[in-house]
This record gives sequence, structure tokens and C-alpha cells, in this order.
Amino acid sequence: MALIAFHVDPNSGVSYYVQLMQQVRQALLFGLLKSGDQLPTVKEVVAQVALNPNTVLRAYRDLEHEGLVVSRPGLGTFVAQKVPPAVAQSSYRSLRSELERWIRKAHEAGLDDDTLAALVAHVLHAKTEEVVA
Amino acid sequence: MSKRFGRTWALRDCSIRVPAGKIAGLVGPNGAGKTTFLHLAAGLLTPTAGEIRVFGRSPQSQLLLLLDRVGFVAQDTPLYAGFSVGDMLQFGRKLNRRWDQAAAEERLRKLDIPFDKRVGQLSGGQRSQVALALALGKHPELLLLDEPVARLDPLARREFMQRLTEAVADEGSTVLLSSHVMADLERVCDYLIIITAGQVQVAGDIEVLLASHHLLIGPRLNRDARLNGVELIKAQHTERQSSLWIRGTVPPLGAGWREEPLPLEELVITYLSAPAAGTLPRPELEEAAS
Repeated sequence: MALIAFHVDPNSGVSYYVQLMQQVRQALLFGLLKSGDQLPTVKEVVAQVALNPNTVLRAYRDLEHEGLVVSRPGLGTFVAQKVPPAVAQSSYRSLRSELERWIRKAHEAGLDDDTLAALVAHVLHAKTEEVVA
Repeated sequence: MSKRFGRTWALRDCSIRVPAGKIAGLVGPNGAGKTTFLHLAAGLLTPTAGEIRVFGRSPQSQLLLLLDRVGFVAQDTPLYAGFSVGDMLQFGRKLNRRWDQAAAEERLRKLDIPFDKRVGQLSGGQRSQVALALALGKHPELLLLDEPVARLDPLARREFMQRLTEAVADEGSTVLLSSHVMADLERVCDYLIIITAGQVQVAGDIEVLLASHHLLIGPRLNRDARLNGVELIKAQHTERQSSLWIRGTVPPLGAGWREEPLPLEELVITYLSAPAAGTLPRPELEEAAS
């Protein structure tokens, strides 16, 4: 039985293969997938989510390039032995309260949710560009 | 290749290659020639002019061989209403030289479709699954589907697509799927063919198509403004604003110009609404001889 299930959002504007990769990273982050665990087979994923099998293959291949998973021909795709450790519950909780405080401040300053989300996306994007540059 | 029925050309000078292993979506207005195209691919029709090659051979010259390797789910999933599900499988077994009865039965068993029920008594979704099982029973290398989910409710449609993609994951078959349901095509297809008025307007890898098409919005352009280096698919103007659908690399944008996202459905609609445009050179249309 597959350890995790995937869900895709057709309206997110994000490619399906990227969504799958993000969900694997999230599962790793929250400890739902651990080193050595097997990812659902391509067949299992498409049987559930009705995607092109190549989409899943691509996600798994890119995850392998990132060093997060390892594909063993004939056996399946497995979480790599050395993966970044899951985020501690306490860190997650304190980050979340900080975020809730920040959101309250932003609302008080007059930002609506859409503007707020756009600001976050903008800063994240700028951060990525820094890392790349 | 071209196909004429009486004095009407259903397909004219269509020239495409469907890459093996891809799931190709076939879109276009009703009556545009999609069904004709699928019937030609299945060997059910012969081209009036030109040729069609499936697995490198003309269907008519190798009909039996082809029938072994091509599965076809026709529009409205025609099955014999009076036959039981079991009868339909027998039918499949008798008609196909290569037939996996066990796999077909297992497939239907997993879907809780009883063998003794008459096809006419099945739900639309169940009928579509039986039609799919019949096409898959021969383990086809090429699977042709003509609007198989057109009349199904969202769940039945989803279940059909799940079983279809699952079979493709297993068998690696090439699929040609005609549909109006853009949501399904977007999830499942990696190749797109648009047929309008009997001609292929677009044929290409979906990722390449999405990367090469752009929607630019900006201040109202002059009537004789020209775009260099890109192909203009369509332009729309209001009093203050111009919208341009282009193919090619986005040129450096002047003041007031921005790019808006162009998802697959919008790309398809753009081409359908601009029948003179296309990704392939369109041959000259001669007057059909009477």
C-alpha cells in the first residue's frame, strides 16, 4: 500500500510535476516519508490522480537529481539515505505563531489577503534569485 | 492525407506524426475531421488521397496485423445493448487474435461490473469501462479514443481517465484521444493536435507549445504596427488596449506592456477562434473537383 497519496490542483498555475515534487518535499519535511521509504509507483500514482505517467516519471527523476530519492530499476523509487532532517514540531509551531502575528499586523496596516500573498510570493521569488545569482 | 465523402473533403492535406509513447489529445470543432482522422488511423477508412502510416505501414495493406495492435473506442462507446458483459468479452476474444481474457475479466471484476449484466443496463460510466476493457484486451500498441467520456458525469470521467492512464503506465501504449474536455487533456496529454475545418492547425509537444506561445497586453497599437521576429496568431483591440497572442520568443517589451499567463485551454481557444493561424504551414486550398 502506498505510503503517501498525491493531490494536484489544476488551477494553481504550477506544473503538475512540480506539484508532485513539492508534495514529496513536504512529506519529507513533516516526517511522513523517511529514508529508505518507497514512493508510490508511477502506476499507483496515475491510478489515483489520472495524470500522464511521464509527468510522474519526470518528478521522480528531478527529485533524484536533487538527491532526495533514488530509483532502483525493477524495484521502485526510494527516499535517499541522507535527506535533510524533518522540521522539529517546536520550530514549526513557533514559526507559525510568528506568521499569524505578522498577518495580523499586515491586516491592521490595510493589506488584503491577495496583496499579502503577492508580497510573500514576491519576496520569496527575490530570495530565490539571490540564491541563484 | 485527405479524405472526401461525396463532394465534401472531411480532411484535406493533413500531415502529422504522432510520436510513439505519447498521449496525444485531438481537439477541434465538431465536424472538423477528428472522427475521420481516428477512423483513418484505425484502418476503418482509406484516404482519398495521400497515405496514412501506422507503425510505418499503411493500415489497408496490413489490416489484420494492424487490428491486432490498435485498440479503438468509438464515439458513444458502441456496445451491443442486448449482450451481457461476458458476451462482449467473448466477442472481443473471437475478433482478436491476441486476447488476454484473464486480464480483461480482472479489470472488470476490480470495477465491480458483473459479467451477467446486460450492457444496456449498465450505467454510462460502466459502459465506458467495458468499452475500454475491450480495447485493452488485445494489449494494443496504439489506442484510439473518440470522445470516450463526452456524456459521463465527473466521477465516471475521472475513473475512466484513471484506468486509461494506469493502462498506459503498464503497457507504454501510444494514445490518441479526442475530447472537448480540456481539463482531462491538460492532465493526461503531452502532445496536442488541433484539427479545424479538415486541416491540422496545430501539432506539437504540449510543453513546447506552452513555452512558445505568449499573451501580451499593452496600450492600443496602431493599425499598421508590426511585430518583428514573432508570429501573430491573433490580435484583439479595445479603444485603449491591445491584446496580442504570439508564437515565438517574447521581444523586449515597451512601456505599458506586460505578459499574461496563457494556459493550455486558452491556447486552444485562441487557435480555434483564429482558424487562419497555425503552427504548420497550410497548403493552398484548391477547389474540390466536383
